[in-house]
Parts: sequence; C-alpha cells; structure tokens
Amino acid sequence: MTQSIVVQVGQCGNQVGCRFWDLALREHAHVNKKGIYDEALSSFFRNVDTRRSDGEGCDIAGGKIRSLKARAVLVDMEEGVVNEILQGPLGDVFDSTQLITDVSGSGNNWATGHRVYGSAYRERIVERVRRAAEHCDCLQCFFLIHSMGGGTGSGLGSRVLTLLEDEFPEVCRMVTAVYPSAEDDVITSPYNSVLAMHELTEHADCVLPVENQSLVDIVNKIRHMAHSGKPGCVIRKDSTLISGQGGVTGPAKPFDAMNNIVANLLLNLTSSARFEGSLNMDLNEITMNLVPFPRLHYLVSSLTPLYTLADVNIPTRRLDQMFTDAFSKEHQLIRADPKHSLYLACALMVRGNVQVSDLRRNIERLKPSLHFVSWNQEGWKTGLCSVPPVGHLHSLLALANNTCVKPTFIELRERFMKLYRKKAHLHHYLHVEGMEQGCFSEALSSLSSLIEEYSQLDATKNLLLPDASRLSIAT
Amino acid sequence: MSVVTVQLGQCGNQIGQELFNVISNDSNDAQTCSPRAQGKAYHACSRERFFNEEASGDPSARAVLIDMEPKVITQTIAMAAKSGRWKYREQSFFCQKQGSGNNWANGFRVHGPRHQEAMGDLVRREVEHCDRLAGILTMMSVAGGTGSGVGTYVTQCLRDDYPHTFILNQLTWPYCTGEVIVQNYNSVLTLSHLYQCSDAILVHENDAVHRICAQLMNIKHISFSDVNKVIAHQLGSVLQPAHTAHTQSQYSRNPMGELMSSLVCHPEYKLLSLCTIPQMASSSLPYSAFSWPGLLKHLRQMLICSARMEEGIDWQVRAPSVGQGAAETRGMQELGFNTSLANLLILRGKDVSSADTGGFLDPALYCPWLPAEGAISTWRSSLPFNKYEKSATLVSNSQSLLKPLDHMVGKAWNMFASRAYIHQYTKFGISEEDFLDCFTCLEQVISSYKHL
Ligand SMILES: Nc1nc2c(ncn2[C@@H]2O[C@H](COP(=O)(O)OP(=O)(O)OP(=O)(O)O)[C@@H](O)[C@H]2O)c(=O)[nH]1
Ligand SMILES: Nc1nc2c(ncn2[C@@H]2O[C@H](COP(=O)(O)OP(=O)(O)O)[C@@H](O)[C@H]2O)c(=O)[nH]1
Ligand SMILES: [Mg+2]
Ligand SMILES: [Mg+2]
Repeated sequence: MTQSIVVQVGQCGNQVGCRFWDLALREHAHVNKKGIYDEALSSFFRNVDTRRSDGEGCDIAGGKIRSLKARAVLVDMEEGVVNEILQGPLGDVFDSTQLITDVSGSGNNWATGHRVYGSAYRERIVERVRRAAEHCDCLQCFFLIHSMGGGTGSGLGSRVLTLLEDEFPEVCRMVTAVYPSAEDDVITSPYNSVLAMHELTEHADCVLPVENQSLVDIVNKIRHMAHSGKPGCVIRKDSTLISGQGGVTGPAKPFDAMNNIVANLLLNLTSSARFEGSLNMDLNEITMNLVPFPRLHYLVSSLTPLYTLADVNIPTRRLDQMFTDAFSKEHQLIRADPKHSLYLACALMVRGNVQVSDLRRNIERLKPSLHFVSWNQEGWKTGLCSVPPVGHLHSLLALANNTCVKPTFIELRERFMKLYRKKAHLHHYLHVEGMEQGCFSEALSSLSSLIEEYSQLDATKNLLLPDASRLSIAT
Repeated sequence: MSVVTVQLGQCGNQIGQELFNVISNDSNDAQTCSPRAQGKAYHACSRERFFNEEASGDPSARAVLIDMEPKVITQTIAMAAKSGRWKYREQSFFCQKQGSGNNWANGFRVHGPRHQEAMGDLVRREVEHCDRLAGILTMMSVAGGTGSGVGTYVTQCLRDDYPHTFILNQLTWPYCTGEVIVQNYNSVLTLSHLYQCSDAILVHENDAVHRICAQLMNIKHISFSDVNKVIAHQLGSVLQPAHTAHTQSQYSRNPMGELMSSLVCHPEYKLLSLCTIPQMASSSLPYSAFSWPGLLKHLRQMLICSARMEEGIDWQVRAPSVGQGAAETRGMQELGFNTSLANLLILRGKDVSSADTGGFLDPALYCPWLPAEGAISTWRSSLPFNKYEKSATLVSNSQSLLKPLDHMVGKAWNMFASRAYIHQYTKFGISEEDFLDCFTCLEQVISSYKHL
C-alpha cells in the first residue's frame, strides 16, 4: 500500500485539514474495530511508539495501534489556528516536528506569502516534508490544501507546490483549492487568486476547486431541511456529511460545517486507495484518466448524498437518485452546471454496496443527457470501493473535467480587472522584493489562455465532428 | 502434461481465482461419477494439468500471481485458502506497492523491465515443478495498466525464455462505455504487441459476459464475481480433460498444442472467441433437459450470426451456399454472416458420442482458401461439466471479434487524432511513432479478418 502526505497551508488550509484528520480518524475507527494498525490506516497515519521520546518517536510496522500521527505538514505564518489545533482534541495527532509557523501573517498579500515567506521558509519546509516522506515506504501523492483568497495559503501554498515539484518530481501533486466567494471579506482576494492560479495551472497535476459560495449554499440547504422536518428527509446525526459527530473534536466552529464537506471530498477521493473493492481506483489513476491535456487539470467535484439521508435498505430508485444528483447543480462544490457544458472526462467513485450492474445502468441512463467531447464519447472512469462512509450505505463522488469551470474563472478575472484597472492596492504587492507588475500581467494572460482553451472545446459542443479518417492498409 | 497460469493485474487475478475454483470443483465432482475409472482418470488428468500435489494439505495451483499493488493479491490468496479445496503456493506471487495507474506505458516500460527477473524466477519455479509443460496461460485485462502493460512485457519475456512453449493469452476486453478512459489506447498497445509474440489470443468481452449474467443467469445485481464465474466456466470447459481426435482412448496430453493446431493455422489470424451452451442459473439446472441436436443447432446458429449467447439469436442470418463467388460471400457477411477460419467444438456430458457435429462441417461456414476438413475439430468427454448434464463450447477463429476490434481501434484513433492523453504515455517513453506502429499493425489484422 502507498502513503500520502497532506500539506496544509494558511488558515483555511489548516482548518479544512483539521476536519479531514478528524473525519479520517472517525472513519478508520468505524471500520477497524480491533484497534490494529492496518494497511488502510498506514496510508495517512503513522503508528508511533512515543515512549522513545526523541521528538518524533519511531514507527511500528504492524500490531496494536499505539499513537497515530498524521502524515501531515502544517504551515501557517500566524500561530492562532495551528495553536488552537494543537490544544484541541486533535493535538496528539501532530507533533512539533510537523509544524512551521510564524507570528505576523501574510496580511492577505500573495506576494508576502509567496516571495517573502516562500524564500525565508523554503529550506525548513523542504526539511519537514522530507522527514515526513522518509516515514513512507512508498510515497504516492501530496495533497496540498489552501485557500486562493488569502495571503499565506495562496502565496506560500503555491510556492510549496513548486518546491514539491522540484524536490519530489515523481510524486503526484493534488491541490484542494478553496475559491473566495464574491462577497469575500478579503478585498484583494481576486489578485491573490489569479496569481495563485498561474502557479496551479503550471505546476499541479490536478486541482479540485471548491467555492465557498457553494459550500455556504449547501450548508444552508441542509440546515433548512433539517428544520423543516419533512418526513422522509430526516437527517441522521451520525451520517450527515456536514456534521462531525462521532469525531474527536469538540464544539463546532463557524467554518466547520463547510469544511466538513471538503473533508468528505478528500475522504471519498482517497477511499479506494485505502480500502479494498471489486474495482479499485488508485490515486494515480485520477490524473491518468481525467487529464487529457496537462494544463486542463481542474476537476469539478460533486458529492452525494448530501441532502436526503437514507436509512437502511435503500431501494434501487434511491440509489439511482444518488447518481442523478451527482450531475445536478445543487451538488457541485463550485457554482457550475456540468450538464449544460462539455465533458472532457468524468469519474464516478462509488463507495458501499454497489455493483457494476448499478454503474452500467446509471451510466446508460445518464449518458444521453450529457455532452461529451467528440473524441471521448465514452469518457467514463469508475471505481468501486466496498467500504461506505460512516453512517451511509453508499456514496458517490463524481469528478468532472468539464468546461463548466469556465464561468468561475471568468468571474474571477472580472473581479481581478475591476481592481487592476484602477491599480487598486497594487503598491502593497509591488513593494515586495522581486514582485513586478509583470507578475500580474503574466498571471492574467495565463488565466485568459486557460479560459480560451476551455472556450475552444466548448465551441465543439453541438457540432457533429466526423470520425478521423483511418489509416489505410495496402491489401 | 501441465499448464502454468500467470495471473496479472486485478482482472487477471480475480478471474484466475475463479478458474481454479471451477476446475477444482469440477474435477472433484468427477471422482464420484460413473464409470468410476473414467471419473478417476479425469480427476487425475485435471489435477496434473493445473495443480501441484502438496505433501501436506490442499493441492496448490500451478499459478503465478502478479500485480503492482498488494490488495488484490492478498484477497485472491485468501479467497483460495478459504475454499478449503485448493490454495495458491506460498511465495508464488509478486507484488509491489503502487499500481500502474491505468497507464500501459508505465507497466510496459517501467514496472515490467524493473521486475523482469523476479517475475521470471517465479514462472521458472512453477515450470520446474511440471513433469512436462503443455503451455503457459496468461490472464489479464487489456484496459488497465498492470495486466495490459506488465502482462505484455511478461509475455514477451516468456516468448524469449520458452521459445518452443505454447503461450495462450486470455484477455478481458473492457465494457464499451468504459471503466477506464484510456482503455482503447491500452488495448491497442496490448493487442498489437501480443500479436507478435503470443500463439493465440482468447478474448472475453465484459459487455457480452455481462449480458449473459443478466439474460441467461437471471442475476439482478451483477457483480464482477458473477461475470468472472461465467468466464471461468467457459474457460474451464475448454481446458478440462477431453478426448481429441488423436487420443480416442485416453485424455489428451497436449491440450494447448492441440488447441493451437486446430485453431491457429496462420500467424495473421490468432484472435479466438468463445461461446458456451447452455448457461443458466444453477437453481434452474435440475429442471432443464437438453438434447444434443438442439444444443448443436443453436450453437451453429450462434456461430453463423456471431452471437455470444443463445438468447435472441438471429435465425435470419444464413451461410452462403458453397461455390458462390466472393461477391456473394461479401453480401452475406454484410447481412451478418460470420465467416470462420477454424472452429473447435468441445462437447461434454451424457451421450456425447451420439452427438452429431455434421452441421459444423459445412464448407460454407469457412473461408474458401482452406480445406474444410481441417477447419473443424471436436473434443469430447462423457462426464458432465461443472454440474451441467450436457454442455457444448465453441472456440472460434472467425470474424466474430472484427466488429469490437474495429470499434476499439476507431475510438483510440479518434482520440489520437486530437493527441489527448498522449503526454501521459510519452512521459514513460512511448512516443507518437510507437502509437502509429501499433495502429498500423492492428489495421492490418482488421483488414485480414475483413477479407476472409
Ligand atoms: N471480467 C472482469 N473484468 C474486470 C475485473 N476486474 C477488472 N476488470 C476489467 O479490467 C479493466 C481494468 O483493468 P484492471 O485489471 O483493473 O487493471 P490492472 O491490470 O490491475 O492495472 P492497473 O490497476 O492500472 O495497474 C476494466 O476493463 C475492468 O472492466 C474482473 O474481476 N472481472
Ligand atoms: N471554506 C473555508 N474557507 C476559509 C476558511 N478560512 C478562511 N477561508 C477563506 O479563505 C480566504 C482567506 O484566506 P485565509 O486562509 O484566511 O488566509 P491565509 O491564512 O493567509 O492563507 C477567504 O476566501 C476565506 O473565506 C475555512 O476554514 N474554510
Ligand atoms: Mg485569514
Ligand atoms: Mg490494478
């Protein structure tokens, strides 16, 4: 079995990461009742004998769970969030050698995070990551979690990305990036996001964009349903995707419900790599199947079930509903409508008691209502993992490489232009050493050409392209 | 004589395990058949062919398990042990920690060469346990990265290491609406390479087997295990002991050799398809009776119209009458007639000697440039197979795989025209020119079968 390392950067990155570790522990505790340190656990956790107190303890290969340590590196240029995590119930999962903090923060300035802290902390970050990597016998993937709108996550986070590329070129880099909503409290978030996107487009293997506005909408809708008390949509406490119940963390904080959704995205994304199934989907299969061209690696994700929370023995119709929902606007983690845009490729990662025949039936059923690019009419990738999420019989994570990401990017560009035309706040960035206006125009043109690439594909949507004429053989 | 099986990737390992299950159960059943002597001989022959007798405990499969990730192998070995009838030999597996990620190039260019020696040693050890080696059977899917990429590499190495041994590749073709998006690329790369080094390629299409599960076996929630049981049943019915034309009084000692000589008379044609009749839910078996003339009549029509199961056969399709010109034949083919190069009929069960196979001798079924006498072979065994009182399997070297092959190549070519996903392959040293060579090779195969 392979291992993965999570690098969480900035406030958002650390808060989301923290929810991930909490729910991952809950999931493993649920599956692994005997308390044995198994292969599944080893993918994200070390089992450590802490009595050897040379700081980070020594790894124990199998046997009883002693002390689980997350394969994580926590980076923030403020102390608050990380300290809170350490003092909370999850504190034991990390030790001091996994942390990198500073006191003053990046002031929501990408340039400060990327240039100033990026240079000052480069060596230290590499050293911490390398140490985490040495604890793995087969390191497969880095999961980088950060927001796009702030300074540390966006700036230093995207710097970490290039640093991972330099130091570990063989290891896959997956970025979970939280995009700001239009009413974001960070005024400079469009600058930060566009500057960070330039890096993500060039250096990530794939990016899972998540929009705060979508998370808010989902959370509100769930709350609404929970209070409406309609029969048939009883929300079970232990099964809600947004509730962290049963985890180790105490009372919920403002972003927790939203962050739980992102944490569930990561859990479902990695479930097939952690648990067995009749059709495994390893992490390296994600980019192989979903990224036809290197730059077009933004994958729109949707999670189901989100709203209706089933009890036991779901009839087929409910199972089919789960598949239908995965393609609806309400279930996407960015504000997008994949059904009316063009698919380059689509993955369905199913967990629980679901068989190939269920997959086949639903693909056949849904296919006619979806547009796929002409050269990938059968662009489906499927995975079956037999272990369902806690409290559910089954779940589905759909990953779409779809031109529906384009509006998000266009909107971001407009918000960027609104500031940039007036050169608002620009001087805060240009003060930073090594930061020139050229960085802005390059990032802008990178984003524009990305939008253009999606547009060109989109334009083929309703065209009937002829098959490429085949090689002819002399007979 | 014995067969060494190499199971590769998730698919190959899962199907391999089911195959040994069928073989083990079937030959155990045979022991209680009458006449006793015949059942005992069948059992002994099957055992020698597929299992090592272990000094202590259950027999062990003559198999090597290969995957680049451990999960499936661990599970496969455990399932076998749980059967309580047979097991895999300890240390007969090779696995790594990380799969090939559905990338043929990764399997073929990285994992294959890197572990060539270790995998070769495992096969050699199994071969050394055989008194005489009848051949090597490799099992894999063509869609993933390990079965297809490493499987192709291993087959090439086996060809070098055992130049005079028969190598049969059992391939599982993916569902059309894929489970792997790059499956057509991986398939094209696999098939074109195997065509150079394998003796015969025996194909199961997941779509066809899935339909059998749905329509004949009446399974509502079809799992991979259900699909695999059907594949294993069909394979077992070919591979279990039988009397051939050369071995009237005893079971054939050279099953692989006779299979090849019956079916693969020309290196340009080595794609074999399979169909079996009857197939049904085991609960209905006791209530069903079959006659040989009925079974063979259906099977013949399945061949003619290239159907994989008897449900919904098109009875309109006819063979051209003998002596008609090529244009006539072409016309019939357009109406769905499937021209054969060679067929092998395997009949098992009660009153098998009374079964009249004359319908398969009809020269109209075969391409005109081969003598019809050599085109059909029949193997028989009077024992019931896998609880079926009577069963008939047809292994066919015919145009029946032409259409799916043509689709596969067509879809891969369309994708290639936009160069989608190519960067994933060049990363591991498979260039655009390599792709072009593979396309050329398969277009040649398609053209050859088309012009039968
Ligand atoms: N019939 C059948 N097909 C299977 C089974 N498992 C996988 N497949 C098919 O095999 C293809 C995927 O290949 P796998 O065997 O899973 O891949 P692999 O060889 O392990 O290679 P990587 O995982 O990519 O390294 C798909 O077409 C599946 O439909 C199985 O148990 N039975
Ligand atoms: N979903 C989510 N978004 C967050 C969270 N914390 C901050 N954000 C968003 O992240 C952006 C600000 O970045 P932040 O992570 O606070 O800055 P940093 O610490 O400098 O990286 C804004 O768009 C916030 O809405 C969180 O816990 N969850
Ligand atoms: Mg902040
Ligand atoms: Mg595999």
